[in-house]
Amino acid sequence: MISANNHGVDQLSALPDAWRAEIEAGLGADESLQVWLETDLDTGLRYSRGLVALTNRRLLALQAEEPKRREWTFQPELSLLHHDHAGVGTLELRDAASCLATWRYTIGQNPAAQRLFDEFERQLESRLSGRPVERPPEERCPKCNTLLEPGQEECPVCAREIHAPPSTRTLLRLGRFARPYRWPLFWGFILTLISTAAAMVPPYLTMPLMDDVLIPYQSGKPIDAGLVVLLLGGLLGAAVLAWGLGWVKTYILSLVAEHIGSDLRTATFEHLMRLSLEYYGGKRTGDLMARIGSESDRICQFLSVHVLEFATDMLMIAMTAVILFSVDPWLALVTLLPLPFIAWMIQLVRHRLRIGFEKADRIWSEISNVLADTIPGIRVVKAFAQENRETQRFRAANAINLTVNDRVNRIWSLFSPTVTLLTEVGLLVVWAFGIWQVSRDQITVGVLTAFLAYITRFYTRLDSMSRIVSTTQRAATGAKRLFDILDHVSSVPDPARPVRLGEVKGRIEIRDVGFRYGNRSVLRGVDLTVEPGEMIGLVGHSGSGKTTLVNLICRFYDVTEGAIRLDGADIRSLAVADYRRNIGLVLQEPFLFFGTVADNIAYGKPDASRQQIIDAARAAHAHEFILRLPQGYDSLVGERGQGLSGGERQRISIARALLIDPHMLILDEATSSVDTETETEIQKALDNLVRGRTTIAIAHRLSTLRRANRLVVLDRGRIVETGNHDELMAREGAYYRLYEAQARNIDVDLDETAEPGWKMEHKAKDE
Amino acid sequence: MQAPDFQLKRDAFGRLVLTAADGSVCEGVVPVRAFPISAPGEGIALVGPDGHEAAWIERLDQLPQALRQLVEEELARREFVPEIRRIHEVSSFATPSTWKIDTDRGETTLILWGEEDIRRLGKSGLLIEDSNGIHFLVRDINRLDRASRRLLDRFL
Repeated sequence: MISANNHGVDQLSALPDAWRAEIEAGLGADESLQVWLETDLDTGLRYSRGLVALTNRRLLALQAEEPKRREWTFQPELSLLHHDHAGVGTLELRDAASCLATWRYTIGQNPAAQRLFDEFERQLESRLSGRPVERPPEERCPKCNTLLEPGQEECPVCAREIHAPPSTRTLLRLGRFARPYRWPLFWGFILTLISTAAAMVPPYLTMPLMDDVLIPYQSGKPIDAGLVVLLLGGLLGAAVLAWGLGWVKTYILSLVAEHIGSDLRTATFEHLMRLSLEYYGGKRTGDLMARIGSESDRICQFLSVHVLEFATDMLMIAMTAVILFSVDPWLALVTLLPLPFIAWMIQLVRHRLRIGFEKADRIWSEISNVLADTIPGIRVVKAFAQENRETQRFRAANAINLTVNDRVNRIWSLFSPTVTLLTEVGLLVVWAFGIWQVSRDQITVGVLTAFLAYITRFYTRLDSMSRIVSTTQRAATGAKRLFDILDHVSSVPDPARPVRLGEVKGRIEIRDVGFRYGNRSVLRGVDLTVEPGEMIGLVGHSGSGKTTLVNLICRFYDVTEGAIRLDGADIRSLAVADYRRNIGLVLQEPFLFFGTVADNIAYGKPDASRQQIIDAARAAHAHEFILRLPQGYDSLVGERGQGLSGGERQRISIARALLIDPHMLILDEATSSVDTETETEIQKALDNLVRGRTTIAIAHRLSTLRRANRLVVLDRGRIVETGNHDELMAREGAYYRLYEAQARNIDVDLDETAEPGWKMEHKAKDE
Repeated sequence: MQAPDFQLKRDAFGRLVLTAADGSVCEGVVPVRAFPISAPGEGIALVGPDGHEAAWIERLDQLPQALRQLVEEELARREFVPEIRRIHEVSSFATPSTWKIDTDRGETTLILWGEEDIRRLGKSGLLIEDSNGIHFLVRDINRLDRASRRLLDRFL
């Protein structure tokens, strides 16, 4: 641990320049700066810089607009208060009688405030008692206050915060996916080159046809049959060659494009699977589906058709230009004159189109969102007879789609005909200039025909080339939306050098954990140690943070403050998959994937033998009802396990958890959605499951937690009581009130869902 | 105007102390708007530190002047929804994107994680949540200046 003095020097040099001089000048002889907090709001909640600094003697405060420094020397009964609401943190300094000062800051400053708060108590205590400062023997990240593992240099929290946006030159980034196919791509390019060159031959042959065959014939010479056959043969040969090569190159390049598209899709899905629940919390299913489905397809289309066409066209223009210039530079110049115009126009429209397409895509996601919302919720829609309202919603989204596309089309529709017009005008210019040159005997008629043949070709191509603008833009936005997913760093990242997880004992330590969802603080200062094999029951009102705590233990989210440790190792330092393998999770709403019952039980351990599956099902009391199904373990269960009752599904999910033989078990309201009879079945299954494992169970019905070694009562994100049932009843605190409320069948704050079953159970007991 | 059946005063610690009609005292109540966006002036609960509702105010403008001022002061101390007046600059049109903005509470920057953090309010209002969970309000897009509107439009 660094000494207090050193600490002070570090703190001073780390201070922003604006404050350093002021603070340094004010320090006494043996006074040193301990910690500081830069506040970014004033008391009226306007953005304004300020500083709260803590020395070993007093608290100092500066504010940007106020020249005067305020200070409070340590004295008994001075205390700091620290809380936050809606993204704004407040620090209050009080003495026994009143509030002395308040400081406000946005939530980003929270870790610094927390540190100031902690240090304040230590320094005050030390100053008043004369004892040296006692610091807990642990290291914290200087930036965010997270507990660091011994020897861990990089803070796992700060390392993952990336605010930089992805690069906008997204399409180039597809290169990463193209690299494995560079050889087919290379050959495809060579073939394109040759086939395009072959396609250049026919117009060239019109020159000798005109000048050496037709014009001489008009002036009285006979037609040279041999030459005609030769030239026509050349025409045919070039055409056939271009056809053959074009075929092969199109095939090769389409194949590659298809592969790239499919790689991209898989990579995106793979990445999506790794992202934390936090990501899914903020995204809508329809949007994600649209991105992975249609965007990757669009990119694939773009690569296989449009890029190919465009490359061919570019080559053709380049080759044509070379040929034209070699034949007659002046006429070539006139021919190519409209090109820059067209390029300029393309540039002009490009920007507008891209914005339009981006919008159109977003609206398209909106449409799929309506679908993804409505179809799974169809029972609710029908129950409340809101079909019309949903149709209305769909129609509205569709209407926006129409307007957005309409705007795009308006620009677009003008664009194509304009290109055509320019083409016609260009032809006209060439005719005029050509005739003038022929009249002055500068070129032959053959040259003029060849020029016209060439440029009709490439002007018509220009039209399709201009289309590349829109397809590129569309593909680029598609790529951007895919890379949005790919660039998203998981908020529960795998550590760079994960700690190996040896034999797991199952000791879970929750140290000073805080969690914030958005700006809502859900858990605060939770401390709990669960011994190996112990069963903990989490109790509390709905919204008290039970599920959040469990989610943190599963590492579906990472803690905002503090740490969770398994057998002494911070779970953030473990590989996520390694860690989760040790957790069995049984949820209130069990999810069954489409597949057979056996597949669903073996979900966490696909290589399980049939015997293992049956054993797990037996232990979960699922074996018998599975045998009653028409195809036994081979029966298919539907999207959400349709055809099975809630209790049956629950027992399958218990079997699933049993099969992986986890060291830690998490039961999140595992029995609250079923009737009492089923519950007894499930309870028996659970008793098998819990045996010998560290278990954390959440239950509304307090009676289902009778086997728990300890009950932990949560209230508004804090632990308020811990102990077994009898102790807590004797204490007559929060647990007592909850229990009494349930016993009296009065629902104080608990969710109603748990009530009916519970009542029945108690009635049964009464009888 | 109907006098409410409770009394409110501020103590030395700056907390609001509520005295109910039956004489029971609740220290540290906070006003919470039920519809902060759609109907800010209606339905305000005074919530005690235990999270239970201690009193209910039907309409803010029907409170006696002194009481209303206390409630409004306390609301002002708690509410932080800066209203965006102008967007100076966005770091990129792809998210996450850092915006330099002008608000009614001064200049600041916000980091937008994704387009889905922009929520539409009615026809022309927006509520933008930044990476810290702070909400920024755009009351009416059409009243922003052209440049800001153009920047914003790329995210909608």
